Amino acid sequence: MNASKDLLPMPELELEVIREFGPTLAYGSGLRADSGVEPDRYVKTHCCFCGQQCGVQLAVKDNTVIGIEPWYEFPFNRGMLCPKGIKRYLQQAHPDRLLHAYEKDPGTPSGFKKLGYEAAIRRVAEAIERIQAEHGRDAFAVLSGASLTTEKTYLMGKFAHMCLRTANIDYNGRLCMVSAGAGNKKAFGIDRAANPWSDILGAEVILIAGANIAECAPITTNYVWQAREHGAKVIVVDPRITPLARTCDLFLPIKPGRDAALFNGLLCLMIENDWLDHDFIERHTVGFDAVRAQVREWTPERTAAVTGIAEKSIRQAAEWWGRAKTSFLLHARGIEHHSHGVQNVLSTINVVLASGRIGRENCGYATITGQANGQGGREHGQKCDQLPGGRELGKPEHRAYIAQVWGMSPDELPQPGVDAYEILRKADTGEIRGLLSICFNPVVSLPDNNFVRAALSKLDFYVAIDFFMSESARYADVVLPGSLQEEDDGTVTQTERRIVRINKAVDCPGEARQDWHIIQDIAQALGRGRGLTFESPRAIFEELRLASKGGVSDYSGVTYERIEESFGVFWPCPSETPEGVPAPGPQGTVRLFEPGSWNPVANGAGPFYFPDGRARFQPTPYVGPAEDVDADYPIILTTGRVVSQFLSGNQTRRIGPLVDHYPEPRLEIHPRLAARYGISEGDWTRVESRRGSCTLKASVLETIRPDTVFIPYHWGGRKSANQLTISAQDAISKIPEYKVCAVRLCKSQAPPQYAEVLQPQQ
Amino acid sequence: MPVPEMLEFFVDPGRCIGCQACIQACSECDTHKGQSMIQLDYVDRARSTQTLPVICMHCDSPTCAEVCPADAIKRTEDGVVQTARKPRCIACNNCVLACPFGVPKMSTRMNLMMKCDMCYDRTSIGLKPMCASVCPSQALAFGTRAELAKLRPGSKPVNTFQFGRQTIRTKVNVMVPMGVRREIVDVTAAMYEPTIGRDILDDAFFEEALFEEASLGVREP
Repeated sequence: MNASKDLLPMPELELEVIREFGPTLAYGSGLRADSGVEPDRYVKTHCCFCGQQCGVQLAVKDNTVIGIEPWYEFPFNRGMLCPKGIKRYLQQAHPDRLLHAYEKDPGTPSGFKKLGYEAAIRRVAEAIERIQAEHGRDAFAVLSGASLTTEKTYLMGKFAHMCLRTANIDYNGRLCMVSAGAGNKKAFGIDRAANPWSDILGAEVILIAGANIAECAPITTNYVWQAREHGAKVIVVDPRITPLARTCDLFLPIKPGRDAALFNGLLCLMIENDWLDHDFIERHTVGFDAVRAQVREWTPERTAAVTGIAEKSIRQAAEWWGRAKTSFLLHARGIEHHSHGVQNVLSTINVVLASGRIGRENCGYATITGQANGQGGREHGQKCDQLPGGRELGKPEHRAYIAQVWGMSPDELPQPGVDAYEILRKADTGEIRGLLSICFNPVVSLPDNNFVRAALSKLDFYVAIDFFMSESARYADVVLPGSLQEEDDGTVTQTERRIVRINKAVDCPGEARQDWHIIQDIAQALGRGRGLTFESPRAIFEELRLASKGGVSDYSGVTYERIEESFGVFWPCPSETPEGVPAPGPQGTVRLFEPGSWNPVANGAGPFYFPDGRARFQPTPYVGPAEDVDADYPIILTTGRVVSQFLSGNQTRRIGPLVDHYPEPRLEIHPRLAARYGISEGDWTRVESRRGSCTLKASVLETIRPDTVFIPYHWGGRKSANQLTISAQDAISKIPEYKVCAVRLCKSQAPPQYAEVLQPQQ
Repeated sequence: MPVPEMLEFFVDPGRCIGCQACIQACSECDTHKGQSMIQLDYVDRARSTQTLPVICMHCDSPTCAEVCPADAIKRTEDGVVQTARKPRCIACNNCVLACPFGVPKMSTRMNLMMKCDMCYDRTSIGLKPMCASVCPSQALAFGTRAELAKLRPGSKPVNTFQFGRQTIRTKVNVMVPMGVRREIVDVTAAMYEPTIGRDILDDAFFEEALFEEASLGVREP
């Protein structure tokens, strides 16, 4: 065993830890495998994974979820589900499930021993008290997540800002949604998809940039195919021929990290050919002249040279987009996960605004959210600079409003804190001494994760709330057993920005508790329970309605009943509107920016969320990736997802049928590049960046650019793609640059050591 | 209650994204839990992401039943070809070898031929089969001809297939482009057409992508 430890010097890879806590694989067994079992009931709820939030019914018997049944009436997915949604029920009653609290104990084989729940809460409270007393309030930080219900995310923000009064809370949407959010706020004044997905169906041209829809948002596929059945042209921008790109009408095989160059080039051609909506630009926007001047240099020749896309394809894309009467532009992490992610987002918005095709039926724009609550989780105060309702910690009037709702003085609210990665940098330097994490697995999900390991190891005290012993929880001093999505009630806001209801199907097992109970128990143990005495998610939601009232993300008119009656409600949905302004319909504000629409910022001046009601064109000068290829590291690495796994895999790497689908990460490499290195299909290949290395089997495929390799990121330890990625961040949004860094390759002479001792999912 | 006649199954491989939702859903079926009756394969993964889902086509005159020496494979009145009857099946594998679509599977554990029965428990009460319910791309679709015609004006259903000298009509339809004049898919003939599945993707990254050969240079790490 000691020899193995030497081979695998990462705490999360010690075999005794894996033996006790997994990940092990669950398959249907017992009740779940028997024929003819009638469920006690079906619970209408939503998938626990991605931002699509497909409606599904969980079949429940004896407090166990034994399967799923399509929910045909839910309008977004009408029964459709991806493989993750079908097998998600196997995460419940899983043998790896944490049933107790644990504390670190070097004397045990796994390094952890069970701890009573009350004792664990006391230990956490004492540690928080001590660290804050000795090092100041900001020395204790909180990392939260966007897979939590909106109620929980609101509670996390309130816990940090009112109970702990620390500036340092941030969330894992920092890895996901922030470039899109910041870009949308800069251009539109509001951070929300502009259109419902039904507007995709009637679009003439659908431009998909950096979004592997078939694997990361599978249900959206049918919307795209359905549009194409009625003549839509589909343009896909991606360095790989994704399953959806395979049959698109025009494929733009972009070199990773060059997105702003492409969209500047498209706008240049739109201007040159006068494919512009002058009336819209004049009446509803500002800043076009500066953008016109800036994109002049992006001739097709130059755009082709920088983006690596053939000039004729760029011209074709500009013509289709330019001449379209209706269109929908979708983007996702492919253009957002960059050190200039906000610029990339703004460059796509510029071509939308220049076309004037927004705010109308079949004329749309949206980013596709990644996590279950990628939208709701970024609205109500768990971001480092934010208060509920999309309000800002830096604005005195926003502080005053929330302080009044919470019954405290605005002066008691902390100032804006730092982003999730910066929190870990401060842990590394000793400025932050304690950490509470929930719904966040930074050891797998953050870039340059060898640094993350080191930073977590330096903390005086780390408490992780988790339902499974995630790779990160293995670094914790105390692990508190939290709740799965199916063990609690609440709401989430899905990719169309439709607020939907999550319904509890089963109780928490053992000593596991609903997350909001755990947080409130800690607050009580600290003697700072004021304002954190909610008795149900519904009670939290009722306060959230008030706290969001009058903000941009206004939920005040939303009730649980209204959500269930209308199959979801789109925010903004204010409870009151000024005289003469019609209240939103039962479904809320389904489409943004409609002509003549009212919003509280423009107050009737125009459809966009600025005082003058106009959208903003923003110059988007192209800046290359933080780490470009060079003679030492000549290959581009890009990372992403596979359809059968989700995020850091803490759930999906425990579900047998999903692991069987795609067991281990493989390196995708073009045969031309593979030939240079003598690499054949299935060969062990070592990939090395300036930050770490990783040895994986190669998949030699013609479906990727010959200058780029791809690794999916769902695995931990030695299989983790994020050993290689760079922690460079966007200056505005602080999103890390997952989508491009420089690596070198060589064929490995022997299998990696992990291959002998670890199962695929471990 | 028989499968309502107006509801039919339509397969459109052009829409398939290879996500395996159909396989995962099929393995949830009460009669064969944990085991899928669907095959989903890459056509040629090294060259393309194209995948192809294969479900039972439910032949009017099922070859599997015709070659069964034990008369174990029954077709319902409404045209659904069922898994072999357990008391009769002798696990001889004839059906597995004979089916032109390669559908039946031999469960060695149960000594029984098992295959897709179009979720008879669901379809017989008017519900969609599991695979067609969940399919995110609707490459597997279940509905009326009129619904499909409205949703997919560019393609049409075909349910006659030619394998050498054998002509097979099936309950399940395959969608083909509207412009295709033939009403029969000649499967064996297509196997010898050299261009199929090749032309379209050849050199995608050489035609459409620009990249520097120099950057592919090999250096010693």
